[in-house]
Amino acid sequence: MNPFNAIAVGFKEIWANKFRSLLTMLGIILGVSSLVAMSALVKGMENGMKEALIAIGGLEKVRVEEQDIPVWQQHMADQAVGTTMGDVHALLRSAPLITMVVPEMRTRNITMTRLGKSISPWNFIGTWPNAVELNQHVVAHGRMFNEIDDENARNVCVIGTAVRNALFGSPEQIGREIIPIGEFVNINNQRFKIIGMFEHYESEQDTKRREIELSKPPEQKATGPERSRGYGSMSRSRSAGGFVFDLKNNTVYIPLNTMWLRFRAATGVSGAGSGSYSRSSGTSASSTSGSTAEFVPDPRLSTLSIKIADIDKMDEALQQAKNVMLHTHKGIEDFSFRTQENWSEGITQAISNARMSGGIISAISLLVGGIGIMNIMLASITERVREIGIRKAIGATFFDVFTQILVESVVIAIIGGLAGLFTSNMLVKLLVAMSPTENTPVITMESMILAFGFSVAVGILAGLFPAFKAAKLNPIQALRYE
Amino acid sequence: MALIELRGVSKIYHLGGEEIRALDNVDLDINPGEFISIIGPSGSGKSTLMHILGCLDSPSKGSIKLDGMEIGSASARELARIRNQKIGFVFQFFNLLPKLNVLQNVELPMVYAGCSSRERRERAMDALKLVEMDNRAKHRPMQLSGGQQQRAAIARALVNSPKIVFADEPTGNLDSHTGETILKLFHELSLKGSTIALVTHDPEIAAVTPRKIEIRDGKIAKNVDARLSGQLDGPKFAVGSQQN
Repeated sequence: MNPFNAIAVGFKEIWANKFRSLLTMLGIILGVSSLVAMSALVKGMENGMKEALIAIGGLEKVRVEEQDIPVWQQHMADQAVGTTMGDVHALLRSAPLITMVVPEMRTRNITMTRLGKSISPWNFIGTWPNAVELNQHVVAHGRMFNEIDDENARNVCVIGTAVRNALFGSPEQIGREIIPIGEFVNINNQRFKIIGMFEHYESEQDTKRREIELSKPPEQKATGPERSRGYGSMSRSRSAGGFVFDLKNNTVYIPLNTMWLRFRAATGVSGAGSGSYSRSSGTSASSTSGSTAEFVPDPRLSTLSIKIADIDKMDEALQQAKNVMLHTHKGIEDFSFRTQENWSEGITQAISNARMSGGIISAISLLVGGIGIMNIMLASITERVREIGIRKAIGATFFDVFTQILVESVVIAIIGGLAGLFTSNMLVKLLVAMSPTENTPVITMESMILAFGFSVAVGILAGLFPAFKAAKLNPIQALRYE
Repeated sequence: MALIELRGVSKIYHLGGEEIRALDNVDLDINPGEFISIIGPSGSGKSTLMHILGCLDSPSKGSIKLDGMEIGSASARELARIRNQKIGFVFQFFNLLPKLNVLQNVELPMVYAGCSSRERRERAMDALKLVEMDNRAKHRPMQLSGGQQQRAAIARALVNSPKIVFADEPTGNLDSHTGETILKLFHELSLKGSTIALVTHDPEIAAVTPRKIEIRDGKIAKNVDARLSGQLDGPKFAVGSQQN
């Protein structure tokens, strides 16, 4: 008997027992669809996290942060200069594995005001123009400040959309997008000109949802006077890793020199001159030590962001940077490196955990489907002992009968698998429609191939034993069987 | 040369430590073109003999040659091939597959022989014409009378042009009239050159065949060939006598 005939016979047998075959397939259908749907959910999660990782600057970005001086170097504490522009220039000159160095000077308790509206931006950073590149910002309107702005310490700023929303109103409130280029705002009572605005950062899922909401007719508002509905209503619009996008939108960049001169020297408002400026104590320092009479502004950078040439050479690049900086820091190790590796590993770990547990659960349900197939095939051959006897009497070999039963089982698994792939698409659509999750599930080709292959394998495994049992039936006894 | 040669064939079963000799040292020759009956009461060993002759079973002892080929030591796979190519079976309960129509049932042996679908169809239709069932080719077995089912089963037995056809109580499940028409059909087939062996417990049916082999207690009790003893005056059909 050739294989084509065997498959035809298998189909015929399944068609002859439509209802039973359908019930049997149901196990495989559910197994395959849960496997695909599960991996689609995990994939969606993974995509969201990866987007967030890219948004914060990718793996190549390393931050050089202040660190407490080690105990064995405490005696040199007064010699520690901290991270300064000297480090920036030294790294640029002497560390070839580092392609970009961006100094950052941060200030907290900043208040930006305009016409009675105010905001305290999360990231108020004095930096160089290349920060845009390193931190993956896109200037959508106007321009980034350049070296001339920095050199002249001009009062210019580039803002994120969250700052625009707070000071000028969000597109949702106003009904159109306000582009405040050329407008002036007060930052701690100093006049700054807005010369650029970043694009609105959000995850792909948020973009999609916003588009969907735009296309919908406006919802019926709650009746009565307009009021704020309090916290909680916004919680749903948060993506996993969405806070990254919120922080990124809540950013103001000003030239480094402007920061140094206007916020650390001239005003003396924020942590300037106290000599103890640090990110953690900055808030209290401004109120307590603002009046300290010291006219050299604190030259220390809060952080230094560096970009390394190649992720694979992370260790070498960091060693280079450390060597250079130990030199400029007189051997005092008052700095440390912070990479995104931990986060990235955390993401990878979380994803592989989710994938593993989901995969195991789905695999179990597929296995149950396989047991269902085996059960039915066993019942079916018991029912067909006589048929098998007849087939053997007229010349079917062990192999012929074995193939016939095995093919039936595999055909059930294949049809079930295909139906499962179809069902999984429906299932994922249903999931999305019923409970919009933060990250759209994505059905991948690999997961479909895997699930289908697994279901076929289960079909083969489930068919082996019944096929063997049927094929080794003695024809004489089988013919006598009633 | 004989078509089938049995030499010293025994079949021994062990049931609870007790030895049962279903066949005991049987010698038998069947020549091409013969029409024989194997007769004996139930439990005599005639079914066992047929199973061994039909390559469904292997003997415990002795040698069997079918068409010059020793099959006592053949593997299961070889036996299946011999059953497929050289032997046709007709059963008491017809044993057509209920899910297939008549034509598909008749095609089945050729499916295992590996024939093309076109050849299968042509030869199956030829075989059905031979038993005058070609107008029922698309019917399911359940839609046919017992006689028609048995004709379809005979067509299936003949379709691979076997060397010998074994019929195990072919009329046992039919009324006497239909049974006779089936016996007549066997007779006609035998006149056309087929080798046919009827297995029965009924001496009246056995009377149809020129040669009778009587089995008792696993041994051949009688082996009577009417042609040799000059008693041949054609088959005695009850149908014929009624008409006269």
